[in-house]
Amino acid sequence: MKMIVAYIRHEAFEPIRADLLDAGFPSLSISEVKGSGRQKGLTEHYRGSEIAIHLRPKLKLECVVEDEAVGLVTETILRYARTGSIGDGKIFLLPVEDAVRIRTGESGAEVLQAHESEEVRA
Amino acid sequence: MSRRARGAAPLSPARIRVLAGCAAALAAALALPAAASAASGPTLPDVTSSVNTTWVIVAGVLVMFMQAGFAFLEIGFSRMKNAGSGVAKILMNFSIASLAYWACGFALAFGGAGAIAGTHGFFLNVGHDAASAAKDIPFLGTYDISPAALLFFQFVFCAVSLAIVWGTTLERIKWQAYVVYAVIFAAVIYPIISHWIFGGGWLAKNAGMQDFAGSTVVHLIGATGALAALLLLGPRRGKYDARGNPRAIPGHSMPLVGLGILILWLGWFGFNPGSTLAAIGNRFAEVVLVTNLAAAAGVLAAAGTIYALQKKIDIGMAGNGAIAALVAITAPSGYVEYWAAPIIGAVAGVIVVFGVLAIDKVLDDPVGALSAHGLAGIWGTLSCGLFTSPRLASLNGIGKPGLVYTGSFHQFGAQALGVATAFVCVFVVSYVVFWAIKKTIGLRVTAEEEEAGLDIAEHGMYGYPEQFIPAPEIGAGSTGPVADRLRGAPAPATVSAMSTMEATP
Repeated sequence: MKMIVAYIRHEAFEPIRADLLDAGFPSLSISEVKGSGRQKGLTEHYRGSEIAIHLRPKLKLECVVEDEAVGLVTETILRYARTGSIGDGKIFLLPVEDAVRIRTGESGAEVLQAHESEEVRA
Repeated sequence: MSRRARGAAPLSPARIRVLAGCAAALAAALALPAAASAASGPTLPDVTSSVNTTWVIVAGVLVMFMQAGFAFLEIGFSRMKNAGSGVAKILMNFSIASLAYWACGFALAFGGAGAIAGTHGFFLNVGHDAASAAKDIPFLGTYDISPAALLFFQFVFCAVSLAIVWGTTLERIKWQAYVVYAVIFAAVIYPIISHWIFGGGWLAKNAGMQDFAGSTVVHLIGATGALAALLLLGPRRGKYDARGNPRAIPGHSMPLVGLGILILWLGWFGFNPGSTLAAIGNRFAEVVLVTNLAAAAGVLAAAGTIYALQKKIDIGMAGNGAIAALVAITAPSGYVEYWAAPIIGAVAGVIVVFGVLAIDKVLDDPVGALSAHGLAGIWGTLSCGLFTSPRLASLNGIGKPGLVYTGSFHQFGAQALGVATAFVCVFVVSYVVFWAIKKTIGLRVTAEEEEAGLDIAEHGMYGYPEQFIPAPEIGAGSTGPVADRLRGAPAPATVSAMSTMEATP
């Protein structure tokens, strides 16, 4: 099991989510974060005076999948998050020891993404 | 008056029915031909007085609504952590001024024709007896309106002036400080200057200074108090970097700023046109048009100026352009012809942009009050000396026509004298008062309180609690199974115990 953590542009998220859902990966989380990287800051104007903004808003996408699915998920992220400009973000891979579904208490790889068909409806 | 209107109704019921929903005074006015034949009906002077009083009260209510404009403008230009304190400040100041102006201010401003101050009408209690009121308040001999209407209308001006003072002090002033100054301002400082210019005092009567609705009396005085407070208060933490360069501290809500500006713009249709103190004669309609032309020109000039400088239309600057133009047209609104209004407004729009940029380098004025009310107030007052028309100078009976009609700087000099006198007097008194407050109860919150924000430090709760307190702590909203189902998600088939529990409220 691996956790994929990706820092991406806001506008990249929706197509990534749609493609991952189609591919059978509906489970993921996002958070709104602010950070700095090579993009550094921007200078903006307010009532005539300058304001340097060093932290830029990004989305943090988290998704835990089985090892063999890592390639598919990262490729999906790369496909939509890469614009070629500075500020596209980064992807990190972390090992995960176990997973537990709270509603039923079951654990292990089967709780990750591959849902039973009746649960996917909604 | 409503009793009289009802008495007239049987004589012309059809007419009265058409008028249903109008003010009682207007109903009485239009039923006059029928009512006049009855011995107890209102006389023509009664009716004109009621029509004029009705307009003055409507205008005064519009000016009162400007408090909402100031509140939203200041709150929008503040950070979230200080949003609630702006509400408290407006409520406290308006209420203090209400009582102080009735108790003392009105008497000093309008209770007599002395050169320096009035002497009658403290705790005004003349009721409807216009004859005895006119003895103490000479003003009422000229304007046939109810004493209560005159007091209310003049008071809401005082409250506007007081609201302007606090624009420079956002996000750091102690509430005890503004409470003390509010009493002195509404009871003494504002009334004395307004007596000199509005109430028959020496600046209007002897010097012939023209200020129709208060570019100097209301706006310059407010901005002058704001300058005195700011000099003793200092900038917000973090406004200037180590080398003294200004840093922007963006306000949290441009929509609130916009709402505030538009409310102020609306309120100005009471502020300037109401200063006719009469509806009969329809002068007030001309003043409405003059006021609006100036404001529109001010927005376009300010937006154009900041665009030329920065290639961006800054929202706050465009708004400041509207306020500056409205401030500038306040003095000349009753003295100039339509054509002059866009010129006066546009110049104010340019002045306010350069004023904000220059002042921001040395003084932390978060809303631009010094430029929009101070510099534009000076310009507006002086502009009478350029553009006052012969027709309107003689109609108002104060001063002479301006430079473009006469080729003479005479009236311009009178205007400059008024500006300088008001500025110096108010600045000296305000500086002394704020200095005394600083030495006794203190003017500014502590650095820790400023960092935390005035909302939590002074009022014990945030203006936007859900921005500062984690949502689960205050039950800010649920995404539980019930909420999911209400949004259309299917009920979980397997866990029946849960749905039984939730069915019980």
